[in-house]
Amino acid sequence: MQTSKQAPGLQETAVRPVIEPGHSLATITDQISRIVLQRRTPTGWFIAVGIASLFVMMLITSLVYLVIRGVGLWGINEPVAWGFDIVNFVWWIGIGHAGTLISAVLLLLRQAWRTSINRFAEAMTLFAVMCAGIFPLFHVGRPWLAHWLLPYPNTMGVWPQFRSPLLWDVFAVSTYATVSALFWYVGLIPDLATLRDRARSLAWKRVYGALALGWRGAARHWEHYETAYLLLAGLATPLVVSVHTVVSFDFAVSVIPGWHATIMPPYFVAGAIYSGFAMVMTLAIPIRKFYRLEDFITMKHLDYMAKVILATGLIVCYGYAMEAFFAWYAGNQYERFMIINRMFGQYAWSYWCLIACNLVTPQFLWSKRIRRSVPALLVICIIVNIGMWLERFVIVVTSLARDYLPSSWDVYVPTRWDIALYLGTIGLFVFLLLLFIRFLPMISIFEMRTLVPATGEEPVKPPKVEVAP
Amino acid sequence: MKPKFPIYGYLAEFHDGEKLLDAAKRSRAAGYTVMEAYTPIPMEEVAHAIGHRSSLPWIVLCGGALGCVVGFGMQYWISVVGYPLNIGGRPLNSWPSFIVITFEMTILFAALSAVLGMLWLNGLPQPYHPVFNVPAFELASRNRFFLMILARDPKFAMEGTREFMQQFDALLVAEVPH
Repeated sequence: MQTSKQAPGLQETAVRPVIEPGHSLATITDQISRIVLQRRTPTGWFIAVGIASLFVMMLITSLVYLVIRGVGLWGINEPVAWGFDIVNFVWWIGIGHAGTLISAVLLLLRQAWRTSINRFAEAMTLFAVMCAGIFPLFHVGRPWLAHWLLPYPNTMGVWPQFRSPLLWDVFAVSTYATVSALFWYVGLIPDLATLRDRARSLAWKRVYGALALGWRGAARHWEHYETAYLLLAGLATPLVVSVHTVVSFDFAVSVIPGWHATIMPPYFVAGAIYSGFAMVMTLAIPIRKFYRLEDFITMKHLDYMAKVILATGLIVCYGYAMEAFFAWYAGNQYERFMIINRMFGQYAWSYWCLIACNLVTPQFLWSKRIRRSVPALLVICIIVNIGMWLERFVIVVTSLARDYLPSSWDVYVPTRWDIALYLGTIGLFVFLLLLFIRFLPMISIFEMRTLVPATGEEPVKPPKVEVAP
Repeated sequence: MKPKFPIYGYLAEFHDGEKLLDAAKRSRAAGYTVMEAYTPIPMEEVAHAIGHRSSLPWIVLCGGALGCVVGFGMQYWISVVGYPLNIGGRPLNSWPSFIVITFEMTILFAALSAVLGMLWLNGLPQPYHPVFNVPAFELASRNRFFLMILARDPKFAMEGTREFMQQFDALLVAEVPH
């Protein structure tokens, strides 16, 4: 066979590795932990944090002003009582889903390629759920009474009403946030021990040591640990499907035309995975470039994620087709009016933008050439994220603005505070993500170590990769 | 109580996992029972070679079952006894509406018991452990493999065990002080 003599470019058609050749236990550990433990923080990081914190300040300002003035600050009113707040809530929750899918479902399916993106995607989940939670919390109007949603014995003698999907959502989202945080932290424990053992300053040794809880990598530890990790993955898998299903119940259980449909749960779950993978790619592409992690997040990863986006995008398109078909086939005049209004009414622009973003754009991913072009993937993923935001806008706003009673019809226009809050949560998301990649290993070190032979080879030459200055 | 031996145990350092596995099997065959292996990656065979199995699945099953009962029981009590409300003429015990939260509570309790159970079985958090007194041990979380025979082992002897461990293909055999 001559393949071994071929230039690397010619082997591209063969199976591409999930980790570039030439790595050992030592190089993986050193290269990933160096990003965290290096003394000098890259200047680019400070610039990014600076910009993100401006948006965080905008978030704080708009929340404080909102609490002072009330939700009338937003563009919502009857009949459109759900505007940007619920659109953004569903958008953020959906983005979070890819993280759990990558870490749990792909673990159960034994997909080794998940290893270099799972930590990072789990962090994304956690931060996306935090951003999502802000919206319903403040949408209740008096967030200082939000604990009334929880069942606790109180002097009023009042208990929550468990037949409401809105209460199901409280339980689903808070369970999801808790389990995601547990899964993420448990995954971090062995890596925190690695950082503890490799940190040079005593202060960081103490910090990472405390967080690692005394992890020693003992065989007994690993035995319980692997069992716990696998069980958590098994528990997170039905959970992630249930969360967006319950979010869709907020719509489907009501009687609003365009919401009251059985297609909602599967279509919401597919849409969540679709937008989540697009967000993972949108973040992974610049980070792998900036921190030169191309050895670990290879073209194979991008190719696989692009295929997942294409597949789930097709399911989402099937959902749009079925929505239109049901409206016609059911023979219900309100449903028929709903779909005609979506396509040709006052918000028609949002529907056709949505079709362009979610139905047309992902079709480019059929092409192998486009799946191998990193800039093209980045552009497609950003468009998909915009498309999924528009999808929630179309569902929430068009149905409410034109419901059963023509006398109550109205136009929803978001105010500048709606936009400030939305941009603010994007800032918070980026800000938390930047803190995460600076202080914690963004790629799971111990899981990456399982991909190479279990020998203690020392690096023969200093690793070629240095963090960009 | 004063420890019987002046040290905690002996620690051997290995270059790769195969050598560690071989040493663990030989120690087991020689009659040692109280030992521990340390690896930078999970190695199921090593855990089995030194005689460990996890009982965690039972803890998680109990946690999940408890969550299921607590979840449904809470909704039943509140809706039927604590604060009965007529919602759309449905029966007070309208159990299909309670399924979602029962499911979520099952997952929540099971996940919490998986994590807390894992930490409890592993004796974590543990701020101090004698094995960290060996400087070479900091490579256990990078690329080296370790086997420790504890002084608590009935077959342990200050001289005999050290000589036994020196027969392994180890990079180092060190005393682990208390």
